[in-house]
Amino acid sequence: MIAASVALARRALRNALRRPQFLAPLVLFPTLFLAVNVGGLERTTSLQGFPQVDGFLDFQLAAAITQSLLLGGVSAGIAAALDIEGGFFDRLVASPTPRLAIVLGRVLAASVIAAIQVVYFLVLGLVFGASIQGGALGVLSVLAIGIVAGTGFGALGMMIALRTRNASTVQGIFPLVFVILFISSAFFPRELLSAPADVLAAYNPLSYIAEGMRQPIAFDNAIGPVLEGLAAAAGVTVVAIGLSVLALRGRLREA
Amino acid sequence: MSGDLRTIRALMGRGLNEILRVPGGAIPGVLAPTIFMLGLSAAFGKAAALPNFTADDFRTFIVPVGMLQGAGFTGAATGVNLARDIEQGWFDRLMLAPARRSVLLAGVVASACLRCLLPATFLLVVAFSLGVDWPGVGALALGALLIMGLAAAAACYATVLALRFRTQQAAPLMQVGTFVAILFTTAYVPRELLSDWLRAIADLNPVTHVLEGVRQGFIGDVTWAQTWPALVALAGLVGLFGALAVRGMRRQGR
Repeated sequence: MIAASVALARRALRNALRRPQFLAPLVLFPTLFLAVNVGGLERTTSLQGFPQVDGFLDFQLAAAITQSLLLGGVSAGIAAALDIEGGFFDRLVASPTPRLAIVLGRVLAASVIAAIQVVYFLVLGLVFGASIQGGALGVLSVLAIGIVAGTGFGALGMMIALRTRNASTVQGIFPLVFVILFISSAFFPRELLSAPADVLAAYNPLSYIAEGMRQPIAFDNAIGPVLEGLAAAAGVTVVAIGLSVLALRGRLREA
Repeated sequence: MSGDLRTIRALMGRGLNEILRVPGGAIPGVLAPTIFMLGLSAAFGKAAALPNFTADDFRTFIVPVGMLQGAGFTGAATGVNLARDIEQGWFDRLMLAPARRSVLLAGVVASACLRCLLPATFLLVVAFSLGVDWPGVGALALGALLIMGLAAAAACYATVLALRFRTQQAAPLMQVGTFVAILFTTAYVPRELLSDWLRAIADLNPVTHVLEGVRQGFIGDVTWAQTWPALVALAGLVGLFGALAVRGMRRQGR
């Protein structure tokens, strides 16, 4: 099963790299959003209750990474839906490929792309003057949380693709990405969010994922937020893979 | 002349029909500006407490941005739909019609002007129900005029790209262009609170004037001093992208 998963992951990665027009938005939109947020709202760091940071870019970097990873999940879902629409999925099911590898292959590819996304934003941040307070250990923490979260978002995309079997419908969840992000503390400190986002953020795993990555970038290597971020990312991943497998079973029963 | 008007009306009708026939395709474009308005004000609402912030609350300040976003999304969607028509061969049949290319373009652009009122209306209904101050009929009429103009410019820009690339895969280019034009302005905070580099871009960006023109009625009174720069900026944008789009249409099939 491992060999089949790796082979399917390699295929998914090759396809993604062959269609850069699908990959570019994963970093392009969050980069532009990051630029606008930092350029427009950098003075908000002087608001009462805003934590002490070197700059608003340091604070926003984790938000951009989280946003990019979520879009990666949408992209993974679109790719899976295109496989279903194009008939590749049916041919795969007809072959002696282990069923779980169909999900794991796509999820593995999502984790590789997530690592690229995290590295891109860390480099971008450093180029434009951000500092990673946690040093090398901090970078590893951000990478760990980012990769696990990206894997989970990829699995969620896969689950939606298996349920809807339609790339346009998966594309349609794009605005939902922003809804989920805006009701988290990804963009702004939880204490400064307006109602009802301030309450909802406490129950949103994205808050913990973003705060877990933000801690080593903007503050220090305090273990608490990092572990919470990792736990939230792992929770999303386990649940999403489980839902994907269930969706796959449902799809196979119908086939 | 009446033939030209009939052609424009038919193309407008076709564009509007799509909303009814493929509502799933229109819903994200209608909802997105409202989601942005609600989300941005929930996340960044406390920015209104900054010194020199020119509105009582962030939501009122950000509503005009949502109106412009709706126009931008609609314009980009017009280009994506045109690219789809090119891919499916419908556009080639349209080119064979006994109508001037500029008239065909006018029909496509006019449908974008009308369609952009849908996300703006939805946004305003939600905003007013949440307590955003009523800006007055005159300010709303001016706002509608300005966003229709912006939708026309965005539709012309997206048409240029659709005619150049002839594929829906150019959609991100169309969307990024309008996204940048609208947000690299005084979208989030007044000019004085922008960082230096963003203020420099906003000063050069003609869409800043359009945004300020729409926003003036929401945060104060409508004045000619803030209206004419918006009208001039829009005339420039529509003139530039309109000319490029007409040139693109005329080159089709050569």
